[in-house]
Formats: sequence, C-alpha cells, structure tokens
Amino acid sequence: MYETLPAWASLSPALLLGLAGLALLLVDTIRPNERSNTMLAVVGTVGALASLTVTVWFVVAGVGHADTGGAVTLFADAVKVDTMSLFFTAIFASVTALVVVAAHDYFDDHTHPAAFYSLTLFAATGMSLLAVANSLAVVFVALEMVSLPSYALVAFLKSNRGSVEAGLKYFLVGALSSAVFLFGISLVYAATGSLVFSGVAAGIGSVGDLAGIAGVGIVMIIGGVAFKTASVPFHFWAPEAYEGAPAPVSAFLSSASKAAGFVVAFRVFTEAFPIGASVAANIDWVLAFGVLAAVTMTLGNFAAAVQEEVKRMLAYSSIGHAGYALIGLAALSAGGSGNHAVMGAAMAHLLVYGFMNTGAFLFVAMVERWGVGRTFADYGGLARRAPLASTAMAVFMFSLAGLPPFAGFFSKYFLFLGAIDNGFIWLAVIGAVNSVLSLYYYSRVVRAMFLDDPATPGALEAIDTRPTALYAAVVFAAVATVLLLPGFGPVIETAEAAAAALF
Amino acid sequence: MILEALIGFTFLAALVVLVAPDAWAGRLAAAVSLVPFAGALYAWSQFDGAGNALTGGTIAFESRVEWIEVGGRTVSWFVGLDGISLPLVVLTTFLVPLAILSAWTPIDERQSQFYGLMLFMEANLLGVFTALDFFVWFIFWEAVLVPMYFLIGIWGGPRRKYAAIKFFVYTNAASLVMFIGFTALTFALGDSVRSFGLPEITAAIAAGELSTWFGIAPGTIAMGAFLAMFAGFAVKVPVVPVHTWLPDAHVEAPTPVSVLLAGVLLKMGTYALLRYNFTMLPDQAAALAVPIATIAVISVIYGAMLALAQKDLKRIVAYSSVSSMGYVILGLVVFTEYGVGGATFQMVAHGLISGLMFMAVGVVYNATHTRMVGDMAGMADRMPITVGILVAGAFGYMGLPLMAGFAGEFFIFVGSFGAPSLPYAPVFTALAMFGIVIVAGYLLSAMQKTLFGPFRLETDYEISSAPFHDVAPLAVLLVAIIVLGVAPDLVFEMIRDATMPVVEGVSANV
Repeated sequence: MYETLPAWASLSPALLLGLAGLALLLVDTIRPNERSNTMLAVVGTVGALASLTVTVWFVVAGVGHADTGGAVTLFADAVKVDTMSLFFTAIFASVTALVVVAAHDYFDDHTHPAAFYSLTLFAATGMSLLAVANSLAVVFVALEMVSLPSYALVAFLKSNRGSVEAGLKYFLVGALSSAVFLFGISLVYAATGSLVFSGVAAGIGSVGDLAGIAGVGIVMIIGGVAFKTASVPFHFWAPEAYEGAPAPVSAFLSSASKAAGFVVAFRVFTEAFPIGASVAANIDWVLAFGVLAAVTMTLGNFAAAVQEEVKRMLAYSSIGHAGYALIGLAALSAGGSGNHAVMGAAMAHLLVYGFMNTGAFLFVAMVERWGVGRTFADYGGLARRAPLASTAMAVFMFSLAGLPPFAGFFSKYFLFLGAIDNGFIWLAVIGAVNSVLSLYYYSRVVRAMFLDDPATPGALEAIDTRPTALYAAVVFAAVATVLLLPGFGPVIETAEAAAAALF
Repeated sequence: MILEALIGFTFLAALVVLVAPDAWAGRLAAAVSLVPFAGALYAWSQFDGAGNALTGGTIAFESRVEWIEVGGRTVSWFVGLDGISLPLVVLTTFLVPLAILSAWTPIDERQSQFYGLMLFMEANLLGVFTALDFFVWFIFWEAVLVPMYFLIGIWGGPRRKYAAIKFFVYTNAASLVMFIGFTALTFALGDSVRSFGLPEITAAIAAGELSTWFGIAPGTIAMGAFLAMFAGFAVKVPVVPVHTWLPDAHVEAPTPVSVLLAGVLLKMGTYALLRYNFTMLPDQAAALAVPIATIAVISVIYGAMLALAQKDLKRIVAYSSVSSMGYVILGLVVFTEYGVGGATFQMVAHGLISGLMFMAVGVVYNATHTRMVGDMAGMADRMPITVGILVAGAFGYMGLPLMAGFAGEFFIFVGSFGAPSLPYAPVFTALAMFGIVIVAGYLLSAMQKTLFGPFRLETDYEISSAPFHDVAPLAVLLVAIIVLGVAPDLVFEMIRDATMPVVEGVSANV
C-alpha cells in the first residue's frame, strides 16, 4: 500500500510527531487557562502512538529495506530513510508515548503544562530527524532541535532550585559540546569537501595530507556524540541534569535522547567515516570508542554503586548503559563478519533499554509525586503500599542488571556475544564483569522496597493517591520488558538487518 | 502440548493467586496446585519415552519451536521428558500442594503474594526439569532464584535479609561461572552445532567435534568447562565447602519454603550435574572420579558431623541434607547402573523425606515457637500423631528398610562398591556408609531429648494437637515414602532406562 504514497511520505513518522507538537500549541491557544491537562495528554499520546504505528507499519512493509528498492533519499541526499532510522524512530515514539502518559499525573497541579507537552513532542521530532539525517549539516540542525527543548524541559520546574540549576549546567555543557561538534564538522568539511555522508566517505578515502585535520574533526565529533549519549568524557552533566530534572524529563532524556545520540554515532561513523578508509588514513576511531566504552561502563557502574539516592543511581547506571551500547561501535573491524551482529545487538539493547529505563525513571516520578523521599532508605517498605508498581520496578531493576528471565538478559548477551564473535573478547569481559557488579546496586532498590521496613513508621502514609496514568505507563513498560524476552527474535532480526545495510 | 499446558497453567495460577484476596488465597492456591499434579500424573500414565533424552533416546511429549538465532545457532522452545526428568516433575507437583497446605498455619501476612510466589516458583521448576534447550533451561534456572529470594526475604525469620541475599549472591555467582563454562563449550564446538539443543550438543561432543578456540586445546576447554559447570552446580547441590548458604537459608526460610528448598531446589543442582557434567562430558567426569568422590565423601561425613553439633532442629535437618546430597554425588560419579540410577532415585527419595522432616519440625514449631533441642521435652505426649510421623520420617532418613531412603542409599552403595571406573571404590563406599551411623546418632539423640521423657517446654504456649491441614500433608508424604520404599520399581524402572546410556557411554571407555 505504501508504494502508492509519494516519497516524502516516508518521513511521516517525524512529521506526525511535529504535527502533534503544533496541535498541542493550538490546544493551548484555544484554551489558555485550562487547568486540566487531560486534553494535552491525549493529543500528545495520540501523536506519539500514531507515529509509532506508522513506523512499525513501515518496518513491516519494508520501507527503505534493500528488498524493496533500498533506502529512500530525499532533499538532495540530505535525509535518508532506511530500516535503521525507522528502528530508532520506534524507540523515540515509544518512550515519548510513555513519558507523555505518565506526565499527565506528574504535572496535574502545574499551572502551564502545555509547554511540557509541546517541548517533548518537538524534541522527539528532532530525534526522528536525527535518525534520518544523511548529511552533517542536517545532523547538527537536528541535534540542536533536540537540545534546545531539552534544556527548557530540564529547567521546567522554574521555582525549584534543583531543576533550574540542572537546566543551567546542562545548557552550559550542551552549548560547549555543540560548539565543539560544529567545529569538528567544519574541519571534516575542510578536509573532505563534502557534508553528505557518501561525499565525506569518498573524501576520507583520498584525504592525503589533510588526514590530520580530518582526524581532529572526527575527535571533536566524537566529543559531540559523547555529550548526547552521556558517555565519558562528556558525561558529567548527566547525574546533575537527571537528578534535578522532573523525573518524566529524566526518563525522556536518559532513554530517548541517549538513543538519538547513538543513531547519529552509528550512522556517521559507519557511513561517513568507513572503518577501512579511516584506518588507512591513520584515524582509528574504533580504538577510541573501545577505550571510551570500557571507561564509560566502568565509571558509570562504580559511581552508581556508591549513590544514596535512587534517581542519581539511575543516572549513573544510564552512563554505564551508554558504555554497553558503545560496544556496538567499539567492537567493529574493517570487513569483520560480525559487524552487523554487534551493532544490531547494540540497537536492540537501546530498544529494550528504552522500556526498562523509562519505566524505572517513571517509577521514581511516581515516588516523587507521592513525596516519599529520594534515598534507598526512603524506598523502604514501598511494596506494602504499592505492590503492583514495586513489582514493576523490580522487573526493571533485574532487567537492567541483565538477569533472566527479562529482556535485558538477551540484549546484553547478544551484545557481548557479538563482541566475542568479532574478536573483541576484552570488551565483552569488561562488559560482563560490570554487568555482574551492577546487580549489587540494582538489587538494593528491590531489597529496600520488598524486604526493608519503612524509614519512619508513618512514611508510607504519604501514599494517598493512585495516579492512574503513571501506573498505566509503569505497568506497560514492565509488561514490555518481560514480553521482549520471548519477542526478542523479530527485534534482533530487524536490528541486524538494519545494521547490515550500513556496511 | 501437555508440558506447555502444565507450565502455562501454573504461571497463570500464580498470577490469579497473586491478585486474590489474602483471606482465601491459601485455599485457592491449594486447589489450583492440584491441577499440575493431576497433569503430571497424566503425563506419567501417557509416558512413552525410552532411553536418555540427551543421548538419542525417545523423548516423551517432545515439542520444539524455533525462537531466535544467536550467533549462528538457533534457540528453540524445546521441552520433553525422559526417565530422569519425569520423576522430578512428579515430585515437584506433588510437593507444592503439600507445602502450600503446610503454609496455612505459619503464614499470616501478605498471603496472596506468598502463594503466588510459590506457584510462580513451581512453574519455573517445571521449566527447569523439562527444558532441553540450554537457553530455555537457563532462563527457568535463573527465574527460580527471584521468587525464592522474596520468599526467604519477606516471610523468613529474624535474619531473613542476610539469608536471602546470601542465597541470591551465592547461587547467582555460581550460575555465572556455569554459564561461562557452557558458553566456552559452545564456542569450541564452532559450526558443528547449529542449535542450543542439549541432545545436539551432547552428540557433537561425543563425536569429538570440539576444536581449538582462541588457541586453547579442545581437551583443555572440555576440562575447563567441566570444572566451571561443576563448581556452578556444586553450590546449588550444595557440597562442602560451598554449602554455607544452605543452613542460613533453611533456618530463616518459613517451613513451606524450606520444604521446597530441600525437596526440589537442591535437586536442580544434582539434576544439572547429571545432565551437563556426567552426560555431556563423561570422559572428564571419569578422569576426575577420585577428586569428585572425595568431595562427595567429605560432604557425607562433614555434613553429618555438622548436623551432630547443632541444637536447632531445623539446622540439624538442613545439614543432614548436605550429607544426603553427598550420596547422590557419589552415586553419579561411579558410573554404574545402580550408582547413577540410585543417585537419581535418591533425589526423589530425599525430596520426599527431607520435605517430611522440615514439615514435621515446622508443625512442632507452630505449636511451641521454638526449635531448640534444649527448650522442649516429651512432645510425644502432647502431639502424638505429629511426633509419630516425625519419628517415622527420621527412620526413613536413617535408611530403614522398606522406606524410600533405604532403597536410594542401598542402590548407591551397591553401585559404588564395585565401580570399575573409580579407583578404591570400596574404600569410598565404606567411608560414605559410615555417614549413616552418624545420621542415626544425631537423629536418635535429638528425638530422644525433644520428643520423649516427661513433658517440659521453656516457651509458654499451650500445646494441643496440630490442625488437620498441618498433619495431613505429613501423612501423605509418609505414605509416599513407604510406597516408594516397598516398590522402588515404580520409578526406578524408568530411571534405569534413562541412566543406562550414560553409564554405557563411560564403561565403553574403561
């Protein structure tokens, strides 16, 4: 059926997200003083789900797949829709839907919630543009389109000192890394004479004396990617921003925004800087990512282990997971037979992570809503008053730790196995050791909720409401985390096929 | 389909019980848990397997659906039964309803969660014993830990958190070691195996398909994998010196959980040892026969001596489990018809007997609120039926003829005494037999102090006879123990049929 659609229709997942954002502004214009945010939540959710539906339909129908005529390129090769872009758009749309649903209860006493919904949808639009970007210029524009709403979202609770401070820190680091990223792009352009990925790749192949300039440019681009994915060395904004931001925003940033960083990284480094040509020009970015991956996962895990606040622990754990996903780039080799397998595994891990991590942050959002407290001790005995939500949180924690029978087990296993098959046994070992260590701090949450007593006898009295929408979002994320284990086959096959198209 | 129905129904029952009101969750759980038992009995009646599932025998109720592909190998939903797994499936479904009944008295808070978790654990245990694909098996294997962690950690005794976390960490670390060992094995098999099905992997290893991987010779990989898997499973069994989580877990766990822990969870370890170490890598097992037999005998003797030193009735039973599991390991390592068969039979027998002992101690504790040997005496006057069954169970533990424990231990000793593949087999057997004497010593002494003589109780509780739903499971278990003791061939026939291929695989090389 989609064959009859014009070519630009392949961008409809992104367009739907953008339209939903505009529709939200419209709703706010018509009823500016409306106190209930139900209408906004419905419009935002419908927009995100419509985008998700179209994306899944496109994946199933094979839009951009090699079998149906290959990737769809538009606007003089500036954008390219293929299976990989659709795969990541599915992650963005799912996370957006979960966050928008959950935010209905989180912001129900906020005076102007419309800004939150439209900013979230616009950021999601930028992410889906990042996924289709085929030129460094589009990458930069889309990256800013994600970043600017994100700064505002982090500082959304403008009377809350923590939120404002986090927003400022995020903005400063973000502005710096954007500048570095842009400078890197200009250096690469200087060395290769092109901004379109295929042109850059051709330029790298014949870079000659300009290899030094191209190399510096690539290192700077790595810096920009590291910022977006919250990896070392630009990770330090993440704990502050995630902790200070309203929890639904933390969920959005740590799941969707991180995945957006990875789609850029995967595409730019495989298509614009092909491994063979880069190594021939003495620009071994694979090694750079290998070091970054190892340091990122180790640092994230060890820092998470010493935290006393659950949200901050989750922030560091999200840095650790960025390290795992970086294996998707770090375990590549020129002409390696397992390249598509390991990158596909990293993509599948990001999808699973999108559900389990969003769910975990949304549970934190629920606890914030109740006003129970932030530390592990404050979570004591939660399972007695909120057994269903606590069970969901236990699912997220065990899945993040990579324990069977949850989807996180498979996604990590495929990732490490892919690294071993591609000859990077050391990365797999570091990943596996970190993964085992992570069980310590994840299980602390479970222990607090189920085994420990409340911090003070009356602490659980604060749980007086049952926020329906938040509950729905958390439980849905938990169900998805469990069902992605039996349903992992189609996910990993799609991801591997998508990655295979890049090599 | 019957196995899928069995596992699926139990999962569903767990979910239903989880959301049922606390007031009648116990009754509901007891009722629905009879369905899997009936299903297992039906499977028994329709059982048409022959030989060992891993070595090319006919697998009963085999079903296989492709799931996903991992690095060129397919993972399938692959389940089936043979003469080794069917008795354990029946044992599991038989013990769970009884354990649920025995929980009615002691569990007085968050009942629906408790019974839901019990059923959830049963479903996963059934998965462990039926799965014939490594991945499916491993997922069930790990999934058993989660409900157990909560069951000990929420409803346990005063030191429950420590015990729960110790249990979780010990067994999880062990699983990881085992997982690495098995994965190395699959890597070394290279492209010769295209699936994670246990029969295919066993066949490929037997055909000598192991090849050099990362510069490590095939023999070294096989030996390393054997050691890693042995270490991993040994924690679960447990054998000395990795047994220390067991007494803590048992003492803190509530009675019904102890029943399943001793009755079924320990058997996961010996079952996996039999399947993976002794069936897949029999040459390595035969080469390591002396060290393994030494560990087994040490477990028997040291476990029994530890039990001798305890004052807590539950600790006594817990340590004697370590001792009994030592016999199972000894039976497995000798690779004779009666050794391996007897070890498998002993798994079932010990499941029943230790379940009975924990349950009986639990009933006494419900009345007296103490388990210390010195705190009570003369219980026989006040609780005649319970005490009678407890004494009978203890004699079963000591190996009284015509009870299941005698049959199991007798088979093992017969099998191990003349074992051709184990040097000094008579010496090992004689040393292990000495364990029985110690068992008799501590059980008789503990019973004489607590059950007989003039009545005395340090804790101030009125003692009356235990309620029917406490005593009924004890009686049912005792009947089962006697039936198996009188007619061991009820299950030993099929066990022998399934274990003979394992034995023949080794004796061909001796």
